[in-house]
This record gives sequence, structure tokens and C-alpha cells, in this order.
Amino acid sequence: MTTRRHFLILAAGATAAGASGLAHAQLSPNIVAQRKAALEEAIRKSTGGAELKKGRVALDVPPLIDNGNSVPITVKVESPMTPEDHVKAIHLFTEKNPQPYIMNAQLGPRAGRAAITTRARIADSGRVIAIAQMSDGSCWTDEVSVVVTLSACLEDGLI
Amino acid sequence: MAARVVVNVPASAKKGDVIEIRTLAGHPMETGFRHTQTGQLIPRDIILRFSCSYNGVEVFAADLHPAIAANPLISFTTVATESGTLEFKWTGDNGFSAAHTSTLSVV
Amino acid sequence: MGRETRAMQDDEQTGPAVLWLLEGEELWGKNCAGCHRIEKMKGVAARFPAFDSRLRKLVNLDDRINLCRTEHQKAPAWTHESRELLSLNAFISRQSRGMPIAVELDEKTKPFIEAGRAQFEQRRGQLNLSCAQCHDDNWGKSLAGTPIPQAHPTGYPIYRLEWQGVGSLERRLRNCMIGVRAEPYAYGAEEYRVLELFLMWRARGMKLESPGVRP
Repeated sequence: MTTRRHFLILAAGATAAGASGLAHAQLSPNIVAQRKAALEEAIRKSTGGAELKKGRVALDVPPLIDNGNSVPITVKVESPMTPEDHVKAIHLFTEKNPQPYIMNAQLGPRAGRAAITTRARIADSGRVIAIAQMSDGSCWTDEVSVVVTLSACLEDGLI
Repeated sequence: MAARVVVNVPASAKKGDVIEIRTLAGHPMETGFRHTQTGQLIPRDIILRFSCSYNGVEVFAADLHPAIAANPLISFTTVATESGTLEFKWTGDNGFSAAHTSTLSVV
Repeated sequence: MGRETRAMQDDEQTGPAVLWLLEGEELWGKNCAGCHRIEKMKGVAARFPAFDSRLRKLVNLDDRINLCRTEHQKAPAWTHESRELLSLNAFISRQSRGMPIAVELDEKTKPFIEAGRAQFEQRRGQLNLSCAQCHDDNWGKSLAGTPIPQAHPTGYPIYRLEWQGVGSLERRLRNCMIGVRAEPYAYGAEEYRVLELFLMWRARGMKLESPGVRP
């Protein structure tokens, strides 16, 4: 997060260094489109462009988040988890982070069940997306829209 | 701190049971997107990969990204097939490496 | 505190504070177990800060640990908010989980509690707010989308998601001061000790839940 203090320091630096030197420090005006493109690219890379079908995946994320630094996420996928028919991978993405990827888990029939839990950072309110890649190559997905709140008194002060 | 990890595996299980394994690793998972108060970028320092081998065969693995919370929790399942050892491994930036071995008796 | 944060606090195996508890247990074994029995630590954290009659001042549990180090072990004191101090404090405080907060109220501590109350009611900072204006007069209302708590220090040392680590009540108090745009006192200042004592007295009877987890 860019605090006001941080912004002022960067702005002062940018003036001194010329507009080009520290231009990356400011968010691009096109940030929404860029994040959307990055998310689509990350999903396409991880699934090989397979069609995403709704269903079979249950993504559990609290809809209202106290603090985005540690958000419990559980993904369960309906699958017999046999050598012939199992979940190969579970991919997790979020829409508003600087990088969309959260994690990818590789599992197989020896998992017995397709169920994973982790804790993630979610920078801002938006979608969280889970994709399960099956042994037959099909991809199934579920998504949850979350609202991230922040505490009023942050240690960094000036917000 | 030296890498401290916590692994929760049942001590014993019935053959064929699906057991839940919960792991926690002490690590800041520094994202590489934060700055100090003077504007210096704090370089990325994260765990990149976690894996679990059951008697030498990898049964679960995960690639982690900066969006995983500090002190990462990873929980998953495996089928108790035979008595033996479960080896857990975490590796990451700046040569980070941590390992843990648990024993499981299958009856 | 939301349901998920509560679940993290109640997770005794893989809650994030477990990493500090394990380190604290090791430190206890190496540094303290030679003289003290851990069973005797039950209830201790619920009684700090306390008046030290020899030093004639208030000491909190961190101070107590460091006094033990410097006086009996001839070892250097651990710095404020150091990993060691937080871990050992968390492990000792853990022994009192579920016990009611019971700081001493007598003629020795009364002046300190009153000094703490004065600190609590003192307007400060560019926002010109006292602790009491938020945490006595307006608890339960919202501030920037989050509810204002009653400010009972029942879970320290605490794992704060914002900090992504464990921190002390003193660190939290500094946070509040920065929040109202005031210059925080230096670490270890007596102002913190009297505030800590007042807050613990104000929370008397509430159950200790250290190490807690908060957003």
C-alpha cells in the first residue's frame, strides 16, 4: 500500500530524478486493465487455455475480511481421486494483488480427497478464484467476491 | 530466526484412511512490493516451494507466491497406505531451506 | 474480531502464534527451568504489571524477565520487542490462559492506577483525542469500517495480522498514539507501565487469552 508519507517521499524523489527515473512508483492510470490482463494471462498459462467450467469446486473464503494480511482459504473439489480420474492441480488467484497468483497445489490419487487450506494476502476487495485441473484435462472453477476492511489505526500512521 | 516449522500428522492411522496434514513454517514471506519509510524497496524473500514425500514418493507439492501470508499454513490430505516416514521440505529465496520428518504407523 | 480471526486464535496446533510459543518453550528450558517450575507460572501473567518494592516502580512481565536475566543470570537484557522476549513472555502468559485478570489494587499500586487513568483520559496528538474518547465513549461504533473495541488487553503478547507477527501491549499503545498523530513515548517509559496497569485493572476479572490473535 502506498502511504501518504511514502507517496511524498517518492514524489520528491521523482522531481529530483526527473519524471522517468521513478515513474514506476506511481500506479499506472491504466491499472484496472493491466491487472485484468495479468489475471487472464496467469490463468491462461496455468490451464493451457482450457475452457473453465463452473462447478465441482467449492471455494471457501470469508466474504468480509478483517485484515487482508492473512485470509483463510479452503478449496474442496468433487472427485473420486482414483488413478483414472483425479484432481491434478488446484490454482488460486486474486484479482487485485500486484501479482494475481496465490499458489498452485499439485496433488494426485494418493491425496484421497481434494481438499487444501492455506492463508493468503488479499490486497483489496475483489474476486478470489480457484481452478481445479482434472486428470482428463478439464478445468473447473469457483469464485468468491470478498470485501477487505482495514483497521483505522495503522502502525505506519499516515494513511 | 532459524527456520521453525510445525507439522501436524496423526501418529497412527488405519490403512486406507484419508489423513489431514497441517503444516506451518516460520517465514516473513516478504512480498518485494513494500518500501521502507525512506522509500527503499524491500527485496522479495519468500518460500517458493513446499513438498511432502511419503516413503520417498512425492504425494503433494505447492508453488507459493508473494500472496501467501507470512508464516504460511498449508494443509492437505493423503491416504495412509503403509507405515513409514513423511518428509516435508520448504525452499525459497536467499537459499532458504527447512525440512521436517514425521513418522506414521499404519495399522 | 471476526469468526476467522477467532478460529486462528483457538487453533492450538497451527495458529500463527504457535511458532512463538515453541520458541518460548525452548528458551524457558534453556534459561528458566533451572530455577522455576512452569506449573508455578500459572496465573502470573494475570498479575502484571506489578509494583516492585525493591525498585520502587512498576514492572511488567517483560521487565520481570529482563530483571531475572540481568540480576540473577548476569546476562544482557533482551531488547524491547525482540523475538526472544516476546516468545518467552508468550509462553509464560500461555500458562495463565483462561484465568481472570487480577492485578493488585492497594495503597502501593493505587497512585499508579490513577496515573494510568490520567494518561487514558489525556487528550493527545494532532487529532486531540484521548483513549477514553474512543474506547469508553464510542466503543461498538465503527471507525473506517471496523468496530471500535473496548480496549481490554486480554491477549498480549498478541499476534496481529497487521504486524504479521507477535507484539507487546506496549507496541500496541505506541500504535494508538501514532494513530491520533501523537509522538509515542520512548520504549520502556513509565507512562506505558501506568497505562498497562490501568488497562489491566479496568479489565479485571476478564479471562486472559494470551497469546491472542487480532486483525
